[in-house]
Amino acid sequence: MNPWIPYPAEVIEKRREALRVHTLRLRIRDEAIRRAYRFRPGQFNMIYVFGTGEVPISIVSDPDESGFLDHTIRVVGKMTAALVGLKEGDTVGLRGPYGSWWPLEEARGMDVVIVTGGLGCAPVVSVINYVAHRRDRYGRLKIFHGVKTPKDLLYRARFRAWQKHPDTEVYLTVDHPDREWKYKVGVVTNLFRQVRIDARKSAVMMCGPEGMMKSAVRDLRAQGVPADRIYLSLERNMKCAIGFCGHCQYGPRFICKDGPVLRFDQIQEWFGKDEL
Amino acid sequence: MPILDRNSLDLLFDALKRRGFNLVGPTLHDGAIVYDALASTADLPVGWTDEQEGGRYRVKKRADEALFGYAVGPRSWKKFLFQPVQRLWQARREGEGFRIIPEEEKPPKWAFIGVRSCELHAIAIQDKVFISGPAPDSSYPTQRKDLFIIAVNCGQAGGTCFCVSMNTGPKATAGYDLVLTEVLEPARLAIGADRHYFVVEVGTDRGAEVLRDVPHTEATEQENAAAERVVEKTASQMGRTLDTTDIKNLLYRNFEHPRWDEVATRCLTCANCTMVCPTCFCSTVEDVTDLTGEHAERWRKWDSCFTMDFSYIHGGTVRSSVKSRYRQWMTHKLATWIDQFGTSGCVGCGRCITWCPVGIDITEEVRAIRETEK
Amino acid sequence: MGQGRKPKMAVWKFASCDGCQLSLLDCEDELLKIADRVQIAHFLEASRAVVKGPYDLSLVEGSITTPSDAVRIQEVRRASKFLVTIGACATAGGIQALRNFQDVKEFISIVYARPEYIQTLNTSTPIADHVSVDFELQGCPIDKRQLVEVISAFLHGRKPNTLSHSVCVECKLRGNVCVMVAHGTPCLGPVTHAGCGAICPSYDRGCYGCFGPKETPNTSSLSRWWGRLGVGEQDLVRVFRGVNAFAEAFRKESEAHERQNDQDQ
Repeated sequence: MNPWIPYPAEVIEKRREALRVHTLRLRIRDEAIRRAYRFRPGQFNMIYVFGTGEVPISIVSDPDESGFLDHTIRVVGKMTAALVGLKEGDTVGLRGPYGSWWPLEEARGMDVVIVTGGLGCAPVVSVINYVAHRRDRYGRLKIFHGVKTPKDLLYRARFRAWQKHPDTEVYLTVDHPDREWKYKVGVVTNLFRQVRIDARKSAVMMCGPEGMMKSAVRDLRAQGVPADRIYLSLERNMKCAIGFCGHCQYGPRFICKDGPVLRFDQIQEWFGKDEL
Repeated sequence: MPILDRNSLDLLFDALKRRGFNLVGPTLHDGAIVYDALASTADLPVGWTDEQEGGRYRVKKRADEALFGYAVGPRSWKKFLFQPVQRLWQARREGEGFRIIPEEEKPPKWAFIGVRSCELHAIAIQDKVFISGPAPDSSYPTQRKDLFIIAVNCGQAGGTCFCVSMNTGPKATAGYDLVLTEVLEPARLAIGADRHYFVVEVGTDRGAEVLRDVPHTEATEQENAAAERVVEKTASQMGRTLDTTDIKNLLYRNFEHPRWDEVATRCLTCANCTMVCPTCFCSTVEDVTDLTGEHAERWRKWDSCFTMDFSYIHGGTVRSSVKSRYRQWMTHKLATWIDQFGTSGCVGCGRCITWCPVGIDITEEVRAIRETEK
Repeated sequence: MGQGRKPKMAVWKFASCDGCQLSLLDCEDELLKIADRVQIAHFLEASRAVVKGPYDLSLVEGSITTPSDAVRIQEVRRASKFLVTIGACATAGGIQALRNFQDVKEFISIVYARPEYIQTLNTSTPIADHVSVDFELQGCPIDKRQLVEVISAFLHGRKPNTLSHSVCVECKLRGNVCVMVAHGTPCLGPVTHAGCGAICPSYDRGCYGCFGPKETPNTSSLSRWWGRLGVGEQDLVRVFRGVNAFAEAFRKESEAHERQNDQDQ
């Protein structure tokens, strides 16, 4: 099996999520590969657009819904623009799934606390969906999401929908509010002072800018959340996704194969270091 | 142990050629000793040696006709097993989609002649990266598969060598089919003519099988002792030393240290150290198209943690300062590598010191950090 | 660009030797493919036929040295959706930027019989000093494979594979023996932008920096080493005052050695 060869997948649906954000639903063309394909929330695929290039994209669909894979893509450059420019029926190349996953088995019976920030929160969408569809397995679902300004809140409709789910709390905050803003103001970690997190029975999963995660971890630790129950999805440059190219190193870890989801106690001595 | 005389070495080369091996080994080219195709021992740098120090390399004539009387040159064996530039696949547009055309991997059947102990360790390290991982690489295992290795125990240390510190030489201990120790004994009145011979150790059945084709004799006690002395002398001549005591934690502890700022004033981020390093494995992937857009290709090229593009993610380069890039390289090589692959990434070959255009010396940098740690 | 319509490409010349435009003509086989994919709407070096703008892709050669060119580049920018500067003149001011270190009026009075007829600026400056530039392709002249790559990447909406690391990477990929370390030949490769494929070191010469500064060039460290190889301050001024003299990193380095040289005198 040549790990460099992508297999063809068809774009079977394209859904607009927000300005310059789309979800592509892909279906692996080869039936045998499609059937054998298994992933867990938190993992990613390398998606190749013919002639343009390849990027890692987190899988946001439910692992038990077989037959297709959803990827939410925000346009940040030429490569993501090419992906979002695809139409239904187009073919992409796909390699994966790669990387580690969210601790959804370990978190059974616990409250699931999601902390996200900035513009990208695709990796945690998979967790939220997963928990929402298996409500009986988990305690409360608490979603904390912080952005700089209201216009950076890309998934307004989604958050509103999640808010209506049973046993689910959604907390939104901005650094710089406008007149219409009716949620909280301040950095995401301010919310931890206002909302009680049960340190004994919470599993925290976060994704966002490293600075935000750094202060979130500090505050959660101060509240007594154990280091081995905080999980982070990290980002580094990835060219191969199979541990050869070396680009995604994060101290001793390779984000492509040891990550992207890493448990805080395992990266404690590296986390938050500048230019690592 | 068996011994071969100087002239029998050509017969050994012939025995390999008869078995379909392509011989590569040291040869003099552009003022340096580099690994390239060999036809016979005449292609070896007969009677040449090298002088190496930080940022400086020169070849010069020896007083004798030694075949392997020099240290390692700028090219490592890496270029044969992990090619510098390599096409991974091609793709052609077809209908609404496209078809991927994989590269055909033809095992080249290399015989490496004159591999040094540090380089055997380097090959073993790259084996871990490209073969032992969760998904073996598409190309390296094929290149590596039939590789026949004739190692040479070093007869002299280079000015930037420090294999003794890294526990990787100068005597080859594993990873070869045959290993030679070259012995040159000047004529002494009592004995007569100059002697030039190779004491051979067999590493594999394949090595033994090839050796059977070549006339050899059994070494006397004196000859074995002479070979031992060659290696001992080399071990005592190391141009550099590196204290590896607790080196992983030393560097982990000193992620912030003024020495990184100091080395950044000298470091050119030119990437030469990573290119000449026999273990550095980083690469980049380029997707290209032709003008028609009907044909696409994916290429892999050696890359380096010293480039800005290496750590680029949307929003900028993670390691934009020179200091952070040098720190990444050295910390990876000597410390995080241990966590990643269970071994140091440095084999003490000294190439990064010699071929750094401004002579930055990894052993000096470690020493500076160790001596000034607060 | 519109569906089915070939993108319009224009080639513009400012103060330059035409060498970079010639690289495009020199593409031969690829040139036919380019002509197949784009409408070459304005390329005086190749044809006097001119198609009106706006243009999807403009290749701009040359630097700004006259008041009229300073106006004309604004027009070119307005008429261009995607503007690529090609060559050392356009990206750094070119060899004519040597005037930036001297008094141009004095030159003019020496060179021309009727200096009052000469209308020129005191400086030769890169295009990016005047208008926003979408992509810069360095080199003197540019490398034609890189030019084809930039056009190809533009046509297919991808990022061009034109990395800004040192020439050394290309040199090592080619398997060259380092001319500086092994022969003592001063070489600018470690501070120079890749793209040429390490031509000079492949022919046993030192790189003279015609592709301009690489990303994060440490020119002062290299200069110190050149000093050890026997290159004096005055020579270091000259080394960095080539076709990329006005590129910031090279300019600062040459000025530093000029000051040093003045002090030494």
